[in-house]
Amino acid sequence: MTGGRNSSSDPTQLSAAAAAAAIERGELSASELFEAYRAAAAADELNAYLWVAEDAPAPPPAGAPLGGVPLAVKDLFCTEGVPSQAGSKILEGYRPPYSASVVERLAAAGAPLLGKTNQDEFAMGSSNENSAFGPVLNPWDRTRVPGGSSGGSAAAVAAGSAPWALGTDTGGSIRQPAALCGIVGLKPTYGTVSRYGMIAFASSLDQAGPLTRDVTDAALLLRHMVGQDDRDSTSIGFPGEIALPSADSLTGIRLGVPAELSGEGVGIEAGVLDAFNATLKLAESLGATVETCHLPHAPHALSAYYVLAPAEASSNLARYDGVRYGQRVEDGGLAGMYTTTRSQGFGAEVKRRIMLGTYSLSSGYYDAYYGRAQRVRTKIADDFRSAFDEFDFVVTPTSPSVAFELGAKTSDPLSMYLNDYCTVPMSLAGVPAISIPNGCSEGLPTGFQLCGPAFSENRVLDAAYALEQAIGFENLARPPRNHR
Amino acid sequence: MIDREQVLHVARLARLELTDEEVGRMSTELSDVLGHIEKIGELDLDGVPPTTHVVEVSNALRPDVVEPSLPRDVALASAPAVADGGFLVPSPQADANPS
Repeated sequence: MTGGRNSSSDPTQLSAAAAAAAIERGELSASELFEAYRAAAAADELNAYLWVAEDAPAPPPAGAPLGGVPLAVKDLFCTEGVPSQAGSKILEGYRPPYSASVVERLAAAGAPLLGKTNQDEFAMGSSNENSAFGPVLNPWDRTRVPGGSSGGSAAAVAAGSAPWALGTDTGGSIRQPAALCGIVGLKPTYGTVSRYGMIAFASSLDQAGPLTRDVTDAALLLRHMVGQDDRDSTSIGFPGEIALPSADSLTGIRLGVPAELSGEGVGIEAGVLDAFNATLKLAESLGATVETCHLPHAPHALSAYYVLAPAEASSNLARYDGVRYGQRVEDGGLAGMYTTTRSQGFGAEVKRRIMLGTYSLSSGYYDAYYGRAQRVRTKIADDFRSAFDEFDFVVTPTSPSVAFELGAKTSDPLSMYLNDYCTVPMSLAGVPAISIPNGCSEGLPTGFQLCGPAFSENRVLDAAYALEQAIGFENLARPPRNHR
Repeated sequence: MIDREQVLHVARLARLELTDEEVGRMSTELSDVLGHIEKIGELDLDGVPPTTHVVEVSNALRPDVVEPSLPRDVALASAPAVADGGFLVPSPQADANPS
């Protein structure tokens, strides 16, 4: 844990779990902690925040397990009376009349809202350059992207202006920015966390999860996020409770390394691959066995994803028509208003995905694209089931590269989409996966992805914790703290 | 592979109006992406059922009981225009080319 550093002088140095414990012991006041983070978030220079709380929140409920440790929340979570724009101009200024279930749950557990974080528009992107409110800068190197789409959440946690943050992951949008910013990001099993009040991108894939400084914080936040919700018909909750991790070895753990996602010719940078292989060696020294496994259909996952996710998006985003909320641009009659509102309100990437989705759902193309992609999805889920018959976890590099320079991939959508190569298969299968920082390449952090069967969060967190302790990432490097 | 005509057709379906420049760019970019996607056409998927959703829950219905929902004034508060307790929209008859 990162709890020991200078806690008396600067409470923002404490991990979220350590801060909650210090509050419980009476060594730290929740209001002092909130004000320290509020000031740090207000002084943020990375464009990580779209809104920061001005007033101190009401004191946390007595005995609230999170003690008042504040929470940064990705813009696309509805927050009552607070701007919730999903990074889009079409929702500029929108203040919803209700809050997302997961935001309500966390507030009740004692994690009040600190701010809303910048993101790619409607969560479509891998670099945060698709935000209508400007890109987020990577705290490790401000000429580089933080990843996306939860880039603001990742950058805020990495820079220390938030103790922890909520993100969403549709094809890698928690794990990839976590990797590029040197923090922990977890995408839970689909259905464990309610989607109610999350502004939808692709409903069969979208899942909320934590972005945190360490694995313990990820477990603590997730514990208070999961649960069945009558307001989300695909919500199933989590069997049992999320435990705080404590494993110090990987004895008897079988790690499978899919050749399709980590071998030669996949396009993974040499420095990222070196860090990955070093972590595998470390895992062996902790008692794990490491063997090659196969996910034969994983090379087709990205194709299936870029049919299914845009198809769902084209349907979900039909609601932005200038009638009930958001921007309206009058132009002649009703149809003119619809078309002009959407054409001026959506950014280039969102239009591209709406077009892609509309095309693959249109008459004559449905079977060749959407129907086939749904069958590929079945094969990918089967591949994971077979792998988990032989292995406890499947492990890969999280992102094929370290953080790239702003503007490097904006003119080539396909090369941008390839950022998701190693994260999309888990999304299609609905299984949980965590990214932990496992080293640096050329001075920038790399991520190690560990994925288990559905509802194996506790085992995933334990294994990630054992690796985290052995890697000792906090002693390797930390980005400059942006608020000093 | 996807030409300007197709781009314009799909844009109409999606209620998007693209500039000339956007149409050209969209034609190139969509062709690139679809070219990559078309590799799934090579897979043998005979007899494989489709997955629409990974959660094995169907027809999750709540009891058919009246419950409170958003009050009307709250639901209307974010609308660009309202009249008589409803959402106000421009007349369809005012469109140059009604569609």
